[in-house]
Amino acid sequence: MTTVEEQLFMTEKEELISGSEAVAIACALADVDVITAYPIRPYDTVMQYVSQLKANGAFDCDFIVAESEHSQFEIVKHASSVGARTFCGSSGVGWFYAFEAIAVTAGLRLPVVAMVGNRALDDPGAFGVEHNDALAVRDLGWMLYWVATAQEALDMALMAWRIAEDPRAFLPMALSCDGSFLTHSQAIVNVPTQDQVNRFLPGYDRGKLQLHPDNPITVAPQVNEDWLMEIRRQSNEAMTRTPAVIKEVYEEFKQVFGRGDPSPFIEEYMMDDDPDIVLMGMGTLALPVRVAIRRMREQGKKVGFVRLKFFRPFATEEVQEALGSSKAVAVVDRDYSFGSPSFGGVLFNEVRAALYPLEKRPHVVNFIAGLGGREVRVRDVEDMVEITQKAIDTGKIEQECNWIGVRE
Amino acid sequence: MSTVAVEVVYRGIFQKTLARNIVRSIVFAARKEGKYGTAFGRYGDSPERNGIPAKQFAIVADDPEELEENLAVYEAQEVDVTINVDDTMCKGIESWAWYGLQPINALTKPGGTLIVTSRQEVDALIEDIHQKDQPYNISTITSIPSFSGLWVYKDDHTDVRILGALAKVCPQLVSLESMVEAIQDQGWDNLKVRSAERTYERTTMRPVEPGEGNQEEPFSFDLPGWTTMEEGIVIRGIEQGGGFRGGNEGYQPVRSSVFKKYSTRSMRPIVNFDTCIKCTLCWLQCPDTCFDVTPDGLYDANLESCCGCGVCEAVCPVADCVTMINEAEFNDNDSQYEMWQKDKDGYTQWMTSLIEKQKQVDRTHGFHHVGGYAEEIAEVAED
Repeated sequence: MTTVEEQLFMTEKEELISGSEAVAIACALADVDVITAYPIRPYDTVMQYVSQLKANGAFDCDFIVAESEHSQFEIVKHASSVGARTFCGSSGVGWFYAFEAIAVTAGLRLPVVAMVGNRALDDPGAFGVEHNDALAVRDLGWMLYWVATAQEALDMALMAWRIAEDPRAFLPMALSCDGSFLTHSQAIVNVPTQDQVNRFLPGYDRGKLQLHPDNPITVAPQVNEDWLMEIRRQSNEAMTRTPAVIKEVYEEFKQVFGRGDPSPFIEEYMMDDDPDIVLMGMGTLALPVRVAIRRMREQGKKVGFVRLKFFRPFATEEVQEALGSSKAVAVVDRDYSFGSPSFGGVLFNEVRAALYPLEKRPHVVNFIAGLGGREVRVRDVEDMVEITQKAIDTGKIEQECNWIGVRE
Repeated sequence: MSTVAVEVVYRGIFQKTLARNIVRSIVFAARKEGKYGTAFGRYGDSPERNGIPAKQFAIVADDPEELEENLAVYEAQEVDVTINVDDTMCKGIESWAWYGLQPINALTKPGGTLIVTSRQEVDALIEDIHQKDQPYNISTITSIPSFSGLWVYKDDHTDVRILGALAKVCPQLVSLESMVEAIQDQGWDNLKVRSAERTYERTTMRPVEPGEGNQEEPFSFDLPGWTTMEEGIVIRGIEQGGGFRGGNEGYQPVRSSVFKKYSTRSMRPIVNFDTCIKCTLCWLQCPDTCFDVTPDGLYDANLESCCGCGVCEAVCPVADCVTMINEAEFNDNDSQYEMWQKDKDGYTQWMTSLIEKQKQVDRTHGFHHVGGYAEEIAEVAED
């Protein structure tokens, strides 16, 4: 007799599922031990699918619905410290309510994997996507990945535990999934077999850092100024080790599952002929941008697209190489950073900083678009390219940050 | 151009307001002479713990720029005057933040002065104080340890007496006149002014030669670096412990190698092993697990981990079996059980004399003894 769980993932098959469902299936395949939940749209779709899998006997885990996001993240933090594989997630201000736990999870080097269903921050109450929720942890030691498709959600989730739980990293990782566009729309996804996953993903071994009666340790004591800087230096070192871990894991994933991009950090689209203008963005924005690029290419415009997948660690060299030979870069931010340099977006300022050391720097123009889940239309992308072309033609950026698709 | 730095070493919480009064008054007095100053507590001591040694500083300079240069440090690297307001801290101080044991005069400049409030003879104090390579001076003010704390403030004039002494031993800081003005400005009465003036008149200095004093190497350890520190903000637990002195019988816990706690102590327990009924209460109730269980079932206080709280004395059901004795009576942390085993009669004599002396209320128990303080104030006032 085989169990329901074994039957479910015995053969590789195609499913029509959303990004959230793909993440839930990844949780089952990865045999996650502890999952915590607290409802907030759009992340709540994951908990729906996880509880469904559990109720159907397809997935055995401790599934704890906490009384708040703060507890939700505290529970997985502690579970992770005793050696349990963990998953949780949230959206928008829910993610912020858990912020204390989120910060210490990184400080304690606990490989929690979380999904952020990207959502605008309140107020006003809004459900649509903005990236500011997940971006808030960018300085704390969380690895941050922006997902574009349901397939990628499943694949990256499986890789996330492998990367986060590598002792060289031991850092938490968040999968950012655009609300609605990814969490609520279904696509054909290739679901691997349990056997494939078992070959790829070993168990989580916290080793000497595991909190256990047989391994008496104190975790997170009070320290003073003469101890703290060394601890921060260690976290920084762990983060600098992650690119190598990510590359290794990504290559192995490609071998076992037979799919993946050339690079785990960026996805290049129509970049082979070193286009004059390169658009850059994260997440599901890729879809309208690619359509727009195809149209513009038909008109003979040399435009390409670089989708940044890992925001943390930021692949500086790969970004420099991909963008360095262009004349102008158009960075599309689905976020805002009020009062930042040039009053631009978060991604814009990071990309511009990464390009600064280059001898020949392209113009970098910023576009704030698609906030609160507003659709970024093909026409909007064409407008961005037009404004960027102007910078190339005149040799001067008229306005560094441009809000696109906003009513006057 | 000159900068003068003063530190006050005090018992956390119990003497916090006293230390604050001293450092603030120094800055007020310096201002009278047109100088600029700052007063601050060492941030690493915060939040303070009852009785755990802490520091406050006053730094005074001729102009704001010079002051700023001396503020670029977290804790002063050296001071002109060290003020110690509890003489038991002459044995060295360990803050609660894992720094190891710091000699009381560690920051005292060559040629600087250490002021101690004490009822001991100056030579007895020097025996406790770690020796230095450079000469310095010591000056004592006859006093019990003042209990002018954060929650309970006893105005016993210790603050102004120290200010008077300070004007005498460090005239480059401020004059007595400025000190008096600062005292008056704070609304303190003329009795306090008089106390400052009287102490100024009586204060003398005794030079301490290089190499003179306690020869012991203070307990220290190397702070780990980021490559040697455990990852994940993990501190490895210490071993469970085993038999007494490594043998098969009794029990002795392993103790922290980086935090000893004993400089928190102003009194220590002394045990009468002959009358002990082995009830286990002291061992059970000690908040610091400081009792070693001997092979014959007696309890030996480990004096490197005893913080002197007095719980053992309070819970012991036998009269004079565990007695808290003024820490100033001792010069080492040796095992009482081993002393008793070597020479039982000698130990009993020594112990009895200490208990008798303690009964004369030589000083209060770690600021806890109800009523004892008032008695001693009266006694000191007669001196």
